[in-house]
Amino acid sequence: MVGTTVDEQTEMHSQATVVPPRLEVAEDRRGAVEDFDQLPSEISVRDLDFFYGKEQALFGNSIEIKKNRVTAVIGPSGCGKSTHIRAYNRIFNLYRDQKAKGEILFDGANILSSQIDLLDLRRRIGMIFQKPSPFPMTVFDNVAYGLRQHYRMSRSDLSNRVEDALKRSAIWDEVEHKLNEPGNALSGGQQQRLCIARAIAAEPDVLLMDEPCSAIDPVGTAKIEELILALKNKYTIVLVTHNMQQAARVSDYTAFFFQGRIVEFGPTTKIFSNPAEKQTEEYITGRFG
Amino acid sequence: MSTVELDATQSPGAPRGAAQAAPRGHRLRIGDPIFQVLATACGLGLAVAMFGLAGVLVYNSWPAISGLGTSVFTTVAWSPVDHQYGALAALAGTFLSTLVAMVIAVPLALVIALLLVELVHPAVARVVGTAIEMLAAIPSIIFGMVGIFVIVPFIQDKLVPWLLTTPLANVPGIKPGPQNQGGGLSIFTAGVVLAFMVLPFITAVSRDVLKMVPQVTKEAGYGMGSTTWEVMHKISMRYANSGIVGAVFIGLGRALGETMAVAYLIGSVYTQLPRSLFDPGTSIASLIAQQFSEATDKIQVSALIELGLILFLITVVFQIMAQVWLRRVQRSTGGRA
Amino acid sequence: MSTVAEVRSAPPRRRSIARRKATDLVIKVFSWIGAWFGIAVMAFIVWEVVVRGAGALSIAFFTQPTPQDVTSTAGGFANAIVGTLVITGVAALIAIPAGFLGGIYLAEFGRNGRVATAVRMIANVVMGVPSIIVGVFAFAIIVKPVHHYSGFAGSVALAFIMLPVMARTTEDILNLVPNEIRESGLAMGAPRWKVTLGVVCKAARGGLITGATLAIVRVAGETAPLLFTALSSPYWMTGLFGPGGFFEGPVANLTKTIYDFSGSPYPHWQALAWGGALVIIIAVLGMNILVRLLFQRGKEW
Repeated sequence: MVGTTVDEQTEMHSQATVVPPRLEVAEDRRGAVEDFDQLPSEISVRDLDFFYGKEQALFGNSIEIKKNRVTAVIGPSGCGKSTHIRAYNRIFNLYRDQKAKGEILFDGANILSSQIDLLDLRRRIGMIFQKPSPFPMTVFDNVAYGLRQHYRMSRSDLSNRVEDALKRSAIWDEVEHKLNEPGNALSGGQQQRLCIARAIAAEPDVLLMDEPCSAIDPVGTAKIEELILALKNKYTIVLVTHNMQQAARVSDYTAFFFQGRIVEFGPTTKIFSNPAEKQTEEYITGRFG
Repeated sequence: MSTVELDATQSPGAPRGAAQAAPRGHRLRIGDPIFQVLATACGLGLAVAMFGLAGVLVYNSWPAISGLGTSVFTTVAWSPVDHQYGALAALAGTFLSTLVAMVIAVPLALVIALLLVELVHPAVARVVGTAIEMLAAIPSIIFGMVGIFVIVPFIQDKLVPWLLTTPLANVPGIKPGPQNQGGGLSIFTAGVVLAFMVLPFITAVSRDVLKMVPQVTKEAGYGMGSTTWEVMHKISMRYANSGIVGAVFIGLGRALGETMAVAYLIGSVYTQLPRSLFDPGTSIASLIAQQFSEATDKIQVSALIELGLILFLITVVFQIMAQVWLRRVQRSTGGRA
Repeated sequence: MSTVAEVRSAPPRRRSIARRKATDLVIKVFSWIGAWFGIAVMAFIVWEVVVRGAGALSIAFFTQPTPQDVTSTAGGFANAIVGTLVITGVAALIAIPAGFLGGIYLAEFGRNGRVATAVRMIANVVMGVPSIIVGVFAFAIIVKPVHHYSGFAGSVALAFIMLPVMARTTEDILNLVPNEIRESGLAMGAPRWKVTLGVVCKAARGGLITGATLAIVRVAGETAPLLFTALSSPYWMTGLFGPGGFFEGPVANLTKTIYDFSGSPYPHWQALAWGGALVIIIAVLGMNILVRLLFQRGKEW
């Protein structure tokens, strides 16, 4: 991008946005046809245990998060799905009494090791929270936040990248003229896409989404789901959701959590059409949860 | 102050007590109106008292306001024997000592608030926070006594001689002027002690507003790979900035009106404008404290009350600004400061 | 989609993580130092007062009035202690019921109405009015018309300072009482005043006691409002009326006496002043810590 001019860039983006990133869901659900074991893993979780104080919340979670795929994490509330992905960027370290044991391999290193640099880890593994959480600053500054923090760059480079991130988050058209307005003046759905733009501006490898649509209206939800499908070409996405339809719509692989354990993990089509475990079947058919 | 003791047995007990009260309630229908009128009267009485205070100050300072005119604001010296009632020296001393106090107290309060909100376990924060708050409980006069017996000798014998050996001595406003008494009893000393008197107020309010920053916003900051300090100053402080401004105003109002400690320490020079922070001077409050009970001349009493009125107006303005800023953060977060 | 590849293949210069962490560490170290410094100042003040004041405390200190003869080493602060208790006590008698009722108005009747909002704002502002101004006010309305200083004028000044503190504290505490408690009382048909006093305030009694105690303690150490109201006196208070009486004459009190004695050139008087300071600091900090320990439950931090 160093050598790219603004014109070239906007042109490329207009191409990207003119063609809407709506993808055929069935065709896109690659989990159904591809060979799982052949796919490269972005994150490998092995025997992850998690504790809130003395209370154990996760028990021996093992899962392979595949590169450039959407992995949905479903399960009844309190089953540990949020807890699970909050281990990936070690955000739980903010709380003294929370502890994780086991291995989470990412780029050849164990995330849970004390050797890991948390600042860099969190740059590479972005997170979108349940409640839209724009920072108390302008739309532009929100997206520029991670860039300014992690990189040194010229002003023009910065604004190019902010624009780029907003376009890739399918929110540019809505905020193009509001870049200097406070981020929290946007609607809930826009705020959440702003948070996604903020996360991808910093060029992460993985996006963790912790029920990103639970506080958003249906229209906003649809836009975010479209966005997830568009983003998975470049990012590995882990999506926690309590909405099974959403998992079915956007994910390639699905893990079903129950009481802190991964009951079943496999291609989304299989989980939803032909689950192997009785608990999974009961949950997806709505008999509990 | 948010202590409340809710007895576990209270809820079952409450209806029982009320049931016993019910029959008598029918006979005493006038109870409620009387109670409401009484409570409302006390509430409104507070407001009336405030305006009464302002009115009394204006009334009693009228002889000076009409007799002395603007000379109070245009002349430096306060010298009743010469019938000179100029407040400039006192105003300068008041603002300079407050400035010194705020320069020390605000950053200190902010880093302590950071510690209390972000860095330590809540139980530790409570102990540390209470210890800092205890500074507010120490009477002003004790700050003055410890200041005069301990801080004054330190500044006079150690700090000022050392300062004079450094290039700082040539900075205008640092080198003590010819009338100095060695820099011990000075505006600077008063400011240093004031800093610790206002520290607990600024710390407590800053901590409370920083606590109102939603956890998810902070988590989002950490999730972007920010350090604690980056989250604090780029996100939390921006979120709470109007509250922090309010905290600073509260500290300012306190420092401007603080009397006894300043009266001990500022040096009581009423007739000259300070040329350096290490010069002695006076402040409005300490001038009133030191001259009021000895004032015999009617115009002198009235002039002192006029000074009180000026101080009152200044502090009220700062307090109102503090309230306005604090309400702003309350509104934006939906919480109460 | 080549943009994305391009963006990712041409990473900009990274900021040094080590430097960012160093800044973070420096700030954290500063905040620890700041907190310890604050605590150290607090401890240092208490220590100085204890060391300098302990020697002065004797039986005579608590039983004899302030000395008038500078050469004698007799005398104590007994009259000043009694005076402070009386002046503060009368102030509390005036301000606590009135402030309490004012707080009930704010919490139970006025709530978020315009008038109550204005009253609340004014109370907050009055809390920030310098205490010396209140002293001037009490002088102007009580001392000046009758032409003599009096302990009562001091009490009025202190009461004025306590009033908004008590009202706002009461309001804050009553606001913490869950509405169900009010409703369950009212649902039984009890009159409002019985529910408020007998149920709501009873539920919050711990907090109310703490608030009232802290309000008293806060003014007990005040000096400025007494300088030209209660003034000071080397004698015992002789009663309610007459030249040495509470309503008609200057009344010895701890803080003003400490102020006078600490500024005197006589070592014995200075020692007595430190003794007085120690008594005050013990009382003020002791009460503060005591009520916090007793009624800490439910307090968030």
